[in-house]
Amino acid sequence: MAQNRSGLGSGWVAAAFALILILLTFSTIYIFVGRVWWFPEPANSFAEAIDKQFGRTLFITGVVFFFAQLGLAYVIWRYRDRGQRAHYSHGNNVLEVLWTSATIILFLGLGIAAERAWASLHFQGASLGALPVEITGKQFQWYFRYPGQDGQFGRTAPELIDAAVGNPLGVDYDDPAAQDDIVSQLMAVPRNQEIEVILRSQDVTHSFFVRELRFKQDAVPGMTIRLHFRGEKLGAYDIVCAELCGQSHYDMNTKLVVMPPDEFNRIVSSQDEYYKWEDEFNTDVEDRP
Amino acid sequence: MTGKTAIEELEPPQLGRAGGGSATGSGSPEGGDGGPVPRGTPQGTYVTGIWLALASILMFFTALVSSFVVRKGLSNDWVAFPLPGILWANTAVLVASSATLERARRLLARQALNDFRGWWGVTTALGLLFLVGQLVAWRELRAAEIYLSTNPSSSFFYLLTGTHGLHLLGGVLALLYVGVRERQESLRVSRETAVTATSIYWHFLGGLWIVLFLLLYLG
Amino acid sequence: MATEAHPVVHEAPKGFLWKYIFSVDHKVIGIQYYLLALVAVFVGIFLSLLMRLHLVWPSAELPFFGKMTPEQYLALMTMHGTIMVFFVLTTAPQSGFGNYFLPIQIGAPDMAFPRLNMLSFWFTFLAFVVLVAAFFVTGGAPISGWTAYVPLSAVGEIAGSGLGLGQSLWIISIAIFAGASLMGALNFITTTLDLRTKGMSLFRMPLTVWAWFITAILALLAFAVLLAAGILLLLDRHAGTSFFIPGGLVITGKLLPHQGGSPLLWQHLFWFFGHPEVYISILPGMGVTSHILATFARKPVFGYRAMVYAICAIALLGLSVWGHHMFTSGMSPYSAFAFSLLTMSIGVPSAIKTFNWLGTLWGGQIRFTVAMLFALGFVSLFVTGGLSGLFLAQPAVDLPLHDTYFVVGHFHLIMGVAAIFGIFAATYYWFPKMFGRFLSEPLGKAHFWLTFIGVYAIFMPMHFIGLSGHPRRYSETTAVPFLGELDPVHYFMTMAAFMTAAAQLIFVFNFFWSLWRGKKAVELNPWEATTLEWTVPSPPPHDNFLGRYPVIYRGPYEYSVPGAEKDFVPQHLPGDGRGPGASASQ
Repeated sequence: MAQNRSGLGSGWVAAAFALILILLTFSTIYIFVGRVWWFPEPANSFAEAIDKQFGRTLFITGVVFFFAQLGLAYVIWRYRDRGQRAHYSHGNNVLEVLWTSATIILFLGLGIAAERAWASLHFQGASLGALPVEITGKQFQWYFRYPGQDGQFGRTAPELIDAAVGNPLGVDYDDPAAQDDIVSQLMAVPRNQEIEVILRSQDVTHSFFVRELRFKQDAVPGMTIRLHFRGEKLGAYDIVCAELCGQSHYDMNTKLVVMPPDEFNRIVSSQDEYYKWEDEFNTDVEDRP
Repeated sequence: MTGKTAIEELEPPQLGRAGGGSATGSGSPEGGDGGPVPRGTPQGTYVTGIWLALASILMFFTALVSSFVVRKGLSNDWVAFPLPGILWANTAVLVASSATLERARRLLARQALNDFRGWWGVTTALGLLFLVGQLVAWRELRAAEIYLSTNPSSSFFYLLTGTHGLHLLGGVLALLYVGVRERQESLRVSRETAVTATSIYWHFLGGLWIVLFLLLYLG
Repeated sequence: MATEAHPVVHEAPKGFLWKYIFSVDHKVIGIQYYLLALVAVFVGIFLSLLMRLHLVWPSAELPFFGKMTPEQYLALMTMHGTIMVFFVLTTAPQSGFGNYFLPIQIGAPDMAFPRLNMLSFWFTFLAFVVLVAAFFVTGGAPISGWTAYVPLSAVGEIAGSGLGLGQSLWIISIAIFAGASLMGALNFITTTLDLRTKGMSLFRMPLTVWAWFITAILALLAFAVLLAAGILLLLDRHAGTSFFIPGGLVITGKLLPHQGGSPLLWQHLFWFFGHPEVYISILPGMGVTSHILATFARKPVFGYRAMVYAICAIALLGLSVWGHHMFTSGMSPYSAFAFSLLTMSIGVPSAIKTFNWLGTLWGGQIRFTVAMLFALGFVSLFVTGGLSGLFLAQPAVDLPLHDTYFVVGHFHLIMGVAAIFGIFAATYYWFPKMFGRFLSEPLGKAHFWLTFIGVYAIFMPMHFIGLSGHPRRYSETTAVPFLGELDPVHYFMTMAAFMTAAAQLIFVFNFFWSLWRGKKAVELNPWEATTLEWTVPSPPPHDNFLGRYPVIYRGPYEYSVPGAEKDFVPQHLPGDGRGPGASASQ
């Protein structure tokens, strides 16, 4: 042997490697289990269902992570070259079949378990009494339109879009149904009322994301996407854009306010009431330190 | 045996395919005279390469055709237009070119070199004729004020005929190249290999055109 | 027919230009690819450092930029992603090492089509030049990300800076790259099918060869689709068509003339390429890892055939799961469910690979060369990065995580860093064969430890801020209140990024120092390995085997065979029939 192999099975290297893996494993598990960083508190039962499925996935992946990383640490330490002869083996078909079937059951089971939350959001439409809100994304604003007292949205046309004259959505105000439509940059919803989201975009793809609802959906130009959610906890939540939409993507955000139903009914009773509330809300935010 | 392996231990050169499966099964040469024959790329490899290129081209057109189907199905702005009648003639020319190419190949197999060259030339001419015919079809559409951006239907028409035409232009250049080099005996590969590889490509483009034509005609 | 019997011979090139620049020798081309990737990776790292600085000090004066604007940040991000994905992760492991070692490992004198091979490289090079040129044109580099989602990427400068000429250059560069990759893939597959030496049956090929082979098949299919998508996008931008651009778009107050196109069609076409691209990046790393683990654990690969089937399964499934990038896109929720289950099932062959790697190490006699350390690091990173994929593969769980830093952490670990570890492992392992000298092991160890700790320190925290809902591709964290709380984590990641980048300087120094001053690789086979590249001189001559060609008698990983004199039995040594060769292909 011309090659000097002393040190190639060094205990120091093995120990250091194993130690890093052990530290990695335990610190990762600590951060996840201790929820050092975590989802914000869920604001409805849909979010709770997603958190549950996340928890199931975290448990299974956590177990695999634990055994795989520590297993690696173990073999690195245990089988470092100390002059022993390696065990000659080409594998073990029983083991292959065993771990293949185990992972199939585990992973596919997990995938199927995830279906229910997905189905409740997507496979069922909004219920009949749901309150429709049209949400439109444009560079770099969110707009919310409420149908007003008549429950009907007015017609819109891209030719009429002109933010400068106060018509950012191109609402055709010649349409009687449009007269009482409320267009706002702040989203108010009544607590415990199902909201039918009608999601659009005027220019590029955006994504409507509210963390507390675990709700995220792209707003795709040329498409109208209907989904539904329910705000079950009072509060103001950040609405952000989650799909790259241009230079001010980072600054495309507003608030979702879940409020008591009677307050909501008051502010959507007329455009003036809504804008008054909007102004008050914005002043409140600015007044905060 | 020593652990330190050396060139001296290597076996004498082996020609031809490996012990494993072979993609083409075409006549693979076995062993030389045992001398130090320099090795390179076996002839059949060029045929393998062509088949793989076809797989890739097929994926390319599958992507375009899927886009056609999706784009047509999704929208309500699709306006069909009557295809130029000359496309039927072009199709006939292309089918005929495949037939003349086969004729040429048979003649080559019988070592009738002169006749082979004649039919090879006819195939090349038919290929050029097809391309000219496609350009005429484009002119007709433009005369009818149907342009690339007029409607998705015309966009796809120009796109599919254009990309197919470019591939076919490659085929015509290959026919010309083989036709000229083969006479000069200056092909890098054998005449048979060059002819086989070119033919596979040519027939594929003929078949592809029929599929695209049907799609445009029915779609 | 005498002409039929003779193969096409490629003579050794003469003169500097033909030997080193326009060489048709697969080894020179492999090194060219590798050096291109090396340049690209440092450009990519530099861009990421500028981004990391901007994220923690948004108003700081930076080199080249002064105070960085949001669009400059997005341009850096787009270029970082594009350069890393295409010109590093696709270029180095597949085109670089694949070119150099695939022919040698199967006993071939060169690639099947050497001139096509040269063409592939120079097209790749051209693609890189065109891409980098985007930085210097009016408007700068595009800001639409490496995914170039339509309409942002399709409507021109009106939607943001860099979306004019810069975006066009980006598309052209990617189209050229796709063409080059198609030529390369065709060459790889043909070479593997037709140029294997006598006795090199498919199931005696080293796992590296299997990985390059399957990767090439993926590339052959996927890049063709990317090319088609790129052409459609160019036509939408410059010829007024509406393949992707829908009607009624109003951008900065202007109504666009397009009608009826589908932005989702772009996403489908892009991800049909984009997902296989992940495997194009990582499969060669898996092959290299298997190869090196066996070599330095002195054990045959555990479950060789299972490893081969797992690669094939990953590739096959990889072609049918692109939709998992689109769970929140507005795609049919029913197909989302199907895509989800298919994606979850990719976890199965991935798990098989991990178990088999552990099985290979189990009962071994592990030698900690730097190559081995990086291969072991690959296993750890692959496990970590792979497991976070199980969250994203479920549409419901993906909802809060999609387009957050969780995704950024996930794909950087698995597709970025794990693949890079594969590249490093291969570099330390094959450097003596390629250049006739060893890389310094002590420097290599320092490089490894810092990098291994560093990449975890950069990318693990990304998962955590992703949980908190931090969207990706945000140039600043100042606009959204809840992001402010996460600033300390950003600070930590930026520090880790600088430390890790500094560790790469050790590698660069090691690389160039060792090229001229490194310990000479006198022995043909310093690692006592079994495959063919260790039977030829370092570096190998023009036709690899000096006109004499090996015959293969056994599988690729016959280590520690009981009764054998040495603890390794090379593939080309004649066996006596009773020996290990008989069971080698099991």
